[in-house]
Amino acid sequence: MLSTKNLSSNIVLGQLYALWLREIKVFLRERSRLVASTFTPLLWLSVIGSGLGSTNLQIGTDYEKFIFPGIICMSVIFTSVFFGSYIIWDRKFDFLKSVMVAPSSRTTVFVGKTLGGMTTSLFQVAIVLVLGIALGINYDALSLLQILSIVLILSFCLTSLGLTFGSYIESLEGFQLIISFVVFPLFFLSGALFPIDNLPAWLKLITLIDPATYSVDALRNSILNLGTYSFEYDLAVLLLFTFIITIIGILSFRRMKAV
Amino acid sequence: MITVKNLVKKYADFKALDDLSFEVNENEIFGLLGPNGAGKTTLIHILATLLKPTEGGAIVNGFDVLHNANKVRQSIGVVFQAPSSDDILTGYENLKVHALLYGIPRKLREKRISEVLELVGLGDRKNDQVKKYSGGMRRRLEIARGLLHHPKVFFLDEPTLGLDPKSRETMWKYIKKIVREEKVTIILTTHYMEEADMLCDRIGFITNGRIIALDSPSKLKQEIGGDIVKITFSDRVPLDKDFTKFDFVHKVERKENSVIIYMEKVNSNLHMLIKDLDDVQTIEYKKPTLNDVFLKLSGDYLSGDSPEGGFMQRYAQYKKS
Ligand SMILES: Nc1ncnc2c1ncn2[C@@H]1O[C@H](COP(=O)(O)OP(=O)(O)O)[C@@H](O)[C@H]1O
Ligand SMILES: [Mg+2]
Repeated sequence: MLSTKNLSSNIVLGQLYALWLREIKVFLRERSRLVASTFTPLLWLSVIGSGLGSTNLQIGTDYEKFIFPGIICMSVIFTSVFFGSYIIWDRKFDFLKSVMVAPSSRTTVFVGKTLGGMTTSLFQVAIVLVLGIALGINYDALSLLQILSIVLILSFCLTSLGLTFGSYIESLEGFQLIISFVVFPLFFLSGALFPIDNLPAWLKLITLIDPATYSVDALRNSILNLGTYSFEYDLAVLLLFTFIITIIGILSFRRMKAV
Repeated sequence: MITVKNLVKKYADFKALDDLSFEVNENEIFGLLGPNGAGKTTLIHILATLLKPTEGGAIVNGFDVLHNANKVRQSIGVVFQAPSSDDILTGYENLKVHALLYGIPRKLREKRISEVLELVGLGDRKNDQVKKYSGGMRRRLEIARGLLHHPKVFFLDEPTLGLDPKSRETMWKYIKKIVREEKVTIILTTHYMEEADMLCDRIGFITNGRIIALDSPSKLKQEIGGDIVKITFSDRVPLDKDFTKFDFVHKVERKENSVIIYMEKVNSNLHMLIKDLDDVQTIEYKKPTLNDVFLKLSGDYLSGDSPEGGFMQRYAQYKKS
């Protein structure tokens, strides 16, 4: 495999910028994705939020507010995993080949993609945060900083996860499998929609290996003061997951077939 | 410029490339000519470091494709068979992304982008999204993209596949211009005989993963042994020796009720050939094309399937009265 040693860091930065730029332009020009990313969270907050909110749950706040951190994470989960697994498309159409014949290392391409995923997630989350104001949620400087950090880390983690799966899957149908077996479980088992404290033991065990669980909990801590664990604990576990998944992702990406 | 040695690529038990060895000289246009599935794309992928050979190896611009992939990548430009530009981006943006990937310094970047855009005649369309380009324009953009970093070797995988005849001719014009202005060694693959004939200094015929002949187009055509005459008989077909007794006849092949004769100087010798023949129904004559060379080499001339259609370049009908 290629090493980046003999390329000056300037060139690597330029390459990262190139890959990032491409992703952002594609994202901004695909109107349908922008529209969908505004309406999906709105739909969840209003329909699920007020629908389930009218039942009697013991959660210590309005149900809409309770799921709000979960909806932020939902945006990040969907955006990032999709983003990563778009690599299947890039490979199907010859775009990835044209990147692979350039003298850039696979690791650079991997990181360029995750940067794109993080930026896209930020766009989406910004929209959700504005919706939050309408729900009566107040942010201060600290909570905004905490939200920003969690969103960026979770997004890095899950874009890597998407790239990992994407680098093993060759057919476009595989994309559907990723949606069913990765995206939905990550979301539903994260405690985004219900408190995880009272879950049966076996289910609770599964939520513990979902990085989104700690993100939802961290955001609930910083926005609503309602976490199961402490913010610091959530952050530490999330970083650990991200580290492991990124390593696996880069290794998978380097052994991926270019054609 | 390129040395390929005992290259083998297997997919499971299937040999897509079967012990290939050949060389490509500096500043020539080398054509890989062969039918679909011959192994052309597989070979390009290996030379471009995207695919690992099962056995053997290759040197490109002095660098080993297996052990010095990064140096090879800096030396080459590639236009893939399938479109590989981003159609949501503009032509200019596609080039900018690649200029950055190749680490072209900021000062040179804009100048070089304008240069290659001019080279392929897309200067005035650079701010249009690629999805608004025609197939030929898109291919030309990819050529421009491949040339950005001044590669020494340029691979073009079926550059005119799927283009209408007019765009194909435009493409030929640009390919010739590139050789003149950019001083690159070009390897192009095609399954169009006349394209290879027209553009290439040397041609390697590739089929079933093997190169079955390699030479300049004119030498290849000479090899077939002069002009080709096909005589069809209404009744009895004469014996081979009725033809081979003449010195100017190189070779005779039979097919149902006709014979195909490879001979010299058809204009002056034809009347000798047919003087004593009875029952001649038609006589067809043509100059050999690469098509004939290919069909003869791949051994199915007699089946009469010519991929380019049309046996005749010139058609003459003769009836003995
Ligand atoms: N990934 C692959 N797996 C299995 N067989 C392949 C693969 N890629 C190509 N082949 C086979 O290798 C042969 C050569 O293909 P290719 O190089 O694309 O031919 P060409 O470009 O000359 O049309 C074909 O028979 C094709 O089916
Ligand atoms: Mg091909």
